[in-house]
Amino acid sequence: MKILLMGNPNVGKSVVFSRLTGAHVIASNYPGTTVGYIHGFMKLAEETVEVIDVPGTYTLEPTSEAEEIALRMLDSGDLVINVVDATNLERNLYLSLQLLERDIPVVIALNMWDDTKHRGVHVDLAKLRQLLGVPVIPTVAVTGEGIKELVDNIPRASSPDTPARSHDERWTAIGGIIDQVQHITHRHHTWVERLADASVKPLTGGVIALAALASAFLVVRFIGESLIGYVLDPLFNTLWAPVVLKLSELLGGSGLLHDILIGRIVGGEVNFVESFGLLTSGLYVPFGMVLPYIISFYFVLGLLEDIGYLPRLGVLMDTIMHRLGLHGYAIIPTLLGLGCNVPAVLATRVLESKRERFIAATLISIAVPCVALQAMIFGLVGERGGEYVAIIYGTLFIVWIILGIILNRTVKGFSPEILIEIPPYRLPPWRTMLQKLWMRSRGFLREAVPIILGAILVINILYILGVFDVIANFAAPVVTGLLGLPKEAVTALVIGFLRKDVALGMLAPLALTAEQLVVGSVVLAMSFPCIATFVILLRELGTVNMLKAAGIMISAALITGGILNLIL
Amino acid sequence: MPEGKQTGLALMRNGQSGTVVQIQGGHGLVSRLSALGIRPGKKITKISSMLMRGPITIQVDRAQVAIGFGMAKKILVELD
Repeated sequence: MKILLMGNPNVGKSVVFSRLTGAHVIASNYPGTTVGYIHGFMKLAEETVEVIDVPGTYTLEPTSEAEEIALRMLDSGDLVINVVDATNLERNLYLSLQLLERDIPVVIALNMWDDTKHRGVHVDLAKLRQLLGVPVIPTVAVTGEGIKELVDNIPRASSPDTPARSHDERWTAIGGIIDQVQHITHRHHTWVERLADASVKPLTGGVIALAALASAFLVVRFIGESLIGYVLDPLFNTLWAPVVLKLSELLGGSGLLHDILIGRIVGGEVNFVESFGLLTSGLYVPFGMVLPYIISFYFVLGLLEDIGYLPRLGVLMDTIMHRLGLHGYAIIPTLLGLGCNVPAVLATRVLESKRERFIAATLISIAVPCVALQAMIFGLVGERGGEYVAIIYGTLFIVWIILGIILNRTVKGFSPEILIEIPPYRLPPWRTMLQKLWMRSRGFLREAVPIILGAILVINILYILGVFDVIANFAAPVVTGLLGLPKEAVTALVIGFLRKDVALGMLAPLALTAEQLVVGSVVLAMSFPCIATFVILLRELGTVNMLKAAGIMISAALITGGILNLIL
Repeated sequence: MPEGKQTGLALMRNGQSGTVVQIQGGHGLVSRLSALGIRPGKKITKISSMLMRGPITIQVDRAQVAIGFGMAKKILVELD
């Protein structure tokens, strides 16, 4: 049996899903968090049943890719749990009626039930059950309230004999239901609501946005640097370094195995960044340099997501984003891209047109560096001076703007306007927020660390075989002539296809000037996407558009790198 | 703007309330807006508008919706 969780965007389907299946999924306070196919299993009586977390949809007449996916899933399900926002019953009932008109059993979870009390909404549950003809269970998914009753009522799901209605008839029917079951009491604005309103006004909104983004940046840096300075560096330097040196001694200080495991040891000291062995850089890059920033970045992103700030930022940025052929909501995939480009490209599914998705995905993979690369930029370029880090970020931001303007003018079609629901500000539910942080960190450990280790192994083998010399000589004219980098840097740019963090690490032993390091970082960030992003781009854009995007990436990277080389 | 007068949503002042009377658009726009609770007969309050023909934010029931300027012009409102 297949159970579908369906409902309007941002009603808490993913939280209900986690509660039912015990599987952890990313849930946030904005419409369109879930854009793909997420499934899990739950026990029902003695049977194991499949549960699918369907992307949110307002109607069964799809208006975006995510909604089309939702509609396709509906045909394959056996039962629908319709998750409804109890504080916005009227609007949510439209989808409910459409579901009831279909020949599929439905049970309704009236979620965010706790919110109805302080928002002055009173719902007559018995009457609603009677009018709809299906079980209606009040739930508070973030605390787990009502979930057991919901599960107990799944066998009672029914498909009442509801006539197929037209659009207008459905709204008339909903009007009748609301009159009978809902009663609103007036109450005054709370300060949270005042703050929410101020966030979408030009002046106060601009101030709030600057304050939010600046403090987000500072907190990310603070947590990241503290983790490195007080936890990871001491661990590596006092505990791990002696072990590595001992092992190096045991392996005789040189040889094939020594080179692969330990790498180069200079002057009896371990340089965790430059030695490039599996047990030195292979562990230090992912755990000592990148992981701290993964944790700090996703902690802060999770806060912004769960408070409900991101859609408001989208409204503020809308006018600017239109110049880039996008609308304001594209700021959400873009911010996700600062963590990792893979979920960011997936998140472009919330955008309505193919044109927007192409522009957004291309801009993200060119001008939005992932947190792994940023961590390395902070670590390696940061020690040469903050101004160099600022040049890198400034360059990428200018590229984002200019390339967006060019794409907007050259890609055929038009970009639709923004039309989004803005969720209320909420206190982040700590449990789900920490779960989300844990999932994202674990995702890095599971998916990125093996690639990092693989990349370091490949680097050592290619180095030993002398393959890099061939590539370096072949690409030398472009890299030395145009970018002003030593020809050894070619290998780093090639490895960038596997992992950009490792690739930037490869520039460390080359004794580059700060300016060369800036050029190298920018070209690495902009040029070809890493393999994980490449696979997703290919799937989401198709071969032809992927090739177009790749062409844009390589030419933009070379042009920008060349210009930087000239002016720095 | 005097009471009872009809105007496009885009031209309303912040804080002003009214009732949606008509959506001057095709079927697609009408159904997308109504899915968000914006349809003839609904009470709405304008909360804000961004500069340079940016999006308009309105309150409808207990939800807030941001609407692009072009779409907002097509929503005809009778002011309270």
